[in-house]
Amino acid sequence: MADLPLDARGPIDPALNTPGREGLTGTAPANRYAPTVDREQVTIAPNFAPPQLQPAWRQDFPIDWPQDLYVERRDFMKFMVLTSAAFTLGQLWIGAHNWYRRRQGRPPILRIASMDDVAVGAAIGFTYPDAHQPCLLVRLSATEFVAFTQTCTHLSCAVVPRPAEASFYCPCHEGRFDLRTGVPTAGPPRRPLTRIVLDMRGRDIYAVAVEERTA
Amino acid sequence: MPKPDDLHFFIDPNRCIGCQACVQACTECDTHRGESMIHLEYVDRPQSVQTVPVICMHCEQPTCAEVCPADAIKRTGDGVVQSALQPRCIACGNCVMACPFGVPELYEDRRIMMKCDMCYDRSSVGKKPMCATVCPSQALFFGTREQIDALRPLSAPINSFRFGAQTITTQVFLMVPRALTTRDSYLDVAAAMDEQPQNRGISLKVLPGDPFAEVEV
Repeated sequence: MADLPLDARGPIDPALNTPGREGLTGTAPANRYAPTVDREQVTIAPNFAPPQLQPAWRQDFPIDWPQDLYVERRDFMKFMVLTSAAFTLGQLWIGAHNWYRRRQGRPPILRIASMDDVAVGAAIGFTYPDAHQPCLLVRLSATEFVAFTQTCTHLSCAVVPRPAEASFYCPCHEGRFDLRTGVPTAGPPRRPLTRIVLDMRGRDIYAVAVEERTA
Repeated sequence: MPKPDDLHFFIDPNRCIGCQACVQACTECDTHRGESMIHLEYVDRPQSVQTVPVICMHCEQPTCAEVCPADAIKRTGDGVVQSALQPRCIACGNCVMACPFGVPELYEDRRIMMKCDMCYDRSSVGKKPMCATVCPSQALFFGTREQIDALRPLSAPINSFRFGAQTITTQVFLMVPRALTTRDSYLDVAAAMDEQPQNRGISLKVLPGDPFAEVEV
């Protein structure tokens, strides 16, 4: 064994019973097999050039996990500042939008029909608050009236009143709403129909407000 | 927890007896769901039963990661090239084409590339990879440099490989005859492909000299 050519790294003591290296768990002196590269930068580029000479895109797409997960302090600050700026602008936009909507004022009070125009269990159509929003007025009993917009809360199809089944029916996707309250009872819609607040003045029925509901 | 720096993987193809124990052991692991990440390569099947176990060599210049268009193949700080990250892998198969050692495998049904990761769940806590624990002839050996030097006085570990113009250094070592090695020895894999190996032998083209010298293509 002594005649064997020595390993180029120098002689290695193969005896595993030397003090401190008993058994097969011995470790090399730290300076002999010390890693030649930084643990964070173990990848060597294919052209073996140092990292400083590599193209810039290598920094953006590192192969090493530690580098991939590393976030520079400057990048983190940039992210924080831009995100806060986005939130601030969003708040300003919401405020401006609210101010604009309030400036529009309340919807007009419109006379829909006379009580005598609607039979019990029947429905008539009207538009409110403007001519582009069709609504339905339903007479439930002699004194009970309800009104909802005709827009299904699923995908805005026009709902059809079905007083015999005590429901509004959306033919697009088999959606159903309760005739009395407008809450969804079947099909894809999750939100109730938008309610039109009514006011009785004598025998006339007036629409006075729009009540958007989410649940 | 990283793989200990003093533990290395050593492949000794001359000791491989083709028993497929490593393949079975790898298949049983649940981290890759019954697929084997190791396979045995027949050197010259009509003439010889000699096999070579193929595991990921964990290159210092991982070609699979270099060619990955989705940035999905990453290497941990201890130099272990991991399987493709599942949210990123687009199952394009570039790594399968590019790997000079033929390690990555594409699983079309799962749309993911999976490869040997040196049993990272085991090696990162100081245990041996499963194939190295079951290999009956220690063709696959995981341990310290002292251990392999004591066990194989006639062989020396080598980790420089040249494929044509491409030179690759790896974390996994291949055992070659010690008499042939010098400090700058490298293995010319492409040259070994041209030669007809002797019966029952493995032709290891160990060349002296600077592995990183320019070669004419």
